Amino acid sequence: MEMEQVAKEYTLSVLTEDKPGLLNRLTIIFSRRKININSLNVSSTEVQGVSRYTLVVTETKEHLEKVVKQIRKLVDVLGAFVYDEDQIFYQEIALYKVSVSAFEQNGMIEKLVRNNGARIIALDKHHIIIEKTGTKVETHELYSELEPFGILEFVRSGRVAISKSKRKTEAFIKELESSRSNKLSIKDF
Amino acid sequence: MEALVEIEEEKKVITGSEAVLKSLLKENVDTIFGYPGGAIMPVYDALYKYEDELTHVLTRHEQGAVHAAQGYARSSGKVGVCLATSGPGATNLITGIADAQIDSTPLVCITGQVASHLLGSDAFQETDIIGISMPVTKWNFQVTSAEEIPYAISRAFYIASSGRPGPVLIDITKNAQQELMDFAYSPCEKIRSYQPYPDVDRDKIIEASKLINRAKKPLVLVGQGVALSGAEKEFKAFVEKAGLPVASTLLGLSVLSVNHPLYVGFTGMHGNYGPNLKTNECDLLVAIGMRFDDRVTGDVETYAKQAKVIHIELDPAEIDKNVKSDVAINADAKQTLQLLTPLVEVRNHQGWLKEFQDCDVTENEKVKSKALFPIEGELKMPEVIHRISEITDGKSIVVTDVGQHQMVASRYYQFNQEKSNITSGGLGTMGFCLPAAVGAKLGAPQRQVIGIIGDGGFQMTVQELGTIMQYNIDIKILILNNNFLGMVRQWQELFFERRYSFTEMANPDFVALAKSYNISAQRVSEREDLDLAIQNWLSNNGPSLLEVVVEKEENVFPMVPAGSSVSNVRLE
Repeated sequence: MEMEQVAKEYTLSVLTEDKPGLLNRLTIIFSRRKININSLNVSSTEVQGVSRYTLVVTETKEHLEKVVKQIRKLVDVLGAFVYDEDQIFYQEIALYKVSVSAFEQNGMIEKLVRNNGARIIALDKHHIIIEKTGTKVETHELYSELEPFGILEFVRSGRVAISKSKRKTEAFIKELESSRSNKLSIKDF
Repeated sequence: MEALVEIEEEKKVITGSEAVLKSLLKENVDTIFGYPGGAIMPVYDALYKYEDELTHVLTRHEQGAVHAAQGYARSSGKVGVCLATSGPGATNLITGIADAQIDSTPLVCITGQVASHLLGSDAFQETDIIGISMPVTKWNFQVTSAEEIPYAISRAFYIASSGRPGPVLIDITKNAQQELMDFAYSPCEKIRSYQPYPDVDRDKIIEASKLINRAKKPLVLVGQGVALSGAEKEFKAFVEKAGLPVASTLLGLSVLSVNHPLYVGFTGMHGNYGPNLKTNECDLLVAIGMRFDDRVTGDVETYAKQAKVIHIELDPAEIDKNVKSDVAINADAKQTLQLLTPLVEVRNHQGWLKEFQDCDVTENEKVKSKALFPIEGELKMPEVIHRISEITDGKSIVVTDVGQHQMVASRYYQFNQEKSNITSGGLGTMGFCLPAAVGAKLGAPQRQVIGIIGDGGFQMTVQELGTIMQYNIDIKILILNNNFLGMVRQWQELFFERRYSFTEMANPDFVALAKSYNISAQRVSEREDLDLAIQNWLSNNGPSLLEVVVEKEENVFPMVPAGSSVSNVRLE
């Protein structure tokens, strides 16, 4: 089988105008093809009025390229890029809730927190909340280790990723602004 | 001083509703199609005093309004505009919007919406039309205050008509229609996140010309993109210089006259024998302004595998979507052809063209001679279209619905003039024809417009006879009546062992029905009466309807069965 046809995890980074309704326009491109979105994050960028959507999907490269072309077609999308794992730096945040009684048992949880580079962000009479930032593998590892002590609640954020590319968002947008391709000018040729 | 006065005039305090109409006038709109209702009433009220500047056509259903706007856009080359109320008015537009999206028709649809303080409260006639229309519009926008109106409408027209055209929907809450605002309008000329015209890559043009100059058996596939780009002349000059045989997609029909010596026919499921068969024998396929729809390609795994493919297409998402290209030129057809033609060498592929002619001989023998010139039995659809084509010299605008009559009209109407073919291609919307023909006539009043419909499709939007009556729209309506949903029946015969599950129809008296709308009408069922009936029908002053009773169980051939290779085109 060609590499293009093997499904694997890709990170999509989509730069958009900050407009309401765009999230829906974006996700229907996936739902129409019955593609599941593994994780999704929307955030502001260093450029005012520009948002960045970061999506993680498991798809074949061939299929995903077609999806990305459809995303680029959306009127309010400035740019869309597909990355595989080694083209980006990325992190996810996980929060774990465990009971104070489990925590106080034998100091094991505290040790796990320390060894995993996690931290305790809240503590009350009944629960403690542990936070761990890392890759999915890392946050999952801590999950497995905490599981025997009883995890009362677990949540993981969408991926945030920054590409290793040299492209600057601001320069990219400047380029779009100065582009001539907004109008058809046959006389230019 | 003069400039100052003008600015004063521009900046006037008016209602949002009036701003809608003024914005439309700024976009040179003169005709709109619509249907009033609660949430759009302020705009209709404003329309009352704009009657001299804006012609509003009251259809009998919102679906009629949107299809009419499509027909208008397709015959005039302008943006079609339609107006509807919230809730059911808005949802009734959806079929036409989806049709316009897949067939690249520029539309601006304006819907009324409940007042903004009621949004999301399930108010009377509230529906989330922004959410509903999202997958089938190029862009949509909800206006909740009057001052957004000029911005929304100027963007709407720019987006609908530029690049690959498509439908846009603007939803305007009732309070926004009623509020007062300072009106000033400037047309939208640029949106930084929207780049509709990619720059032509000159290296690709050179590569393409090399492939064309080297080809021994080239075949051009022409699609609607050439017509949308207004590149008919450039296209003709290009194929004539390089001596390239041309096959047309359904929506590409009428770009090149069927009488042109390089025209080898219609390609796809019910296209001609030659273009289908030769697609899998050519050494170069030059696809221009088309998107390799599955009705064109059949099984893509066996489609033109032996050939190099040049794909000239404005929409980047269409490139390599269905068929991988060797040279892709992501640009406007006119621009590309202007650059490409000087680089192609003068050629004459007589031997290769002869192969298409040989295919025609086979198709004539097996299909056409029987279809066009039967001597006995009931009337056949192809002979009816053939006679109409001869009598009109192939120069009418032909609007078709969907089904057997559509394929027959596409096969046998001898298109002899540009911008003459209006049909629902991608979506295959039954009920499209009658309202689209109304719009087509208003978009090209100087031309004769013929609507060709089956008995099934006619009854899907038959209410538009009322619109035709009210405005005396001079269209000629042909019903090819076989008392069957003919194309579904054909598939049932060929692929479902003749189980005619719910395809036979008991029909009303179409002639009496038309007459009840004051539309002149006649029925013909005998061969010897056909010519006279056609002449009477076409020469009638004003709208007229001709019902032709045709053979009940006629099949359209050739046929490439769905999912089959184009090489397996069946002649019987």
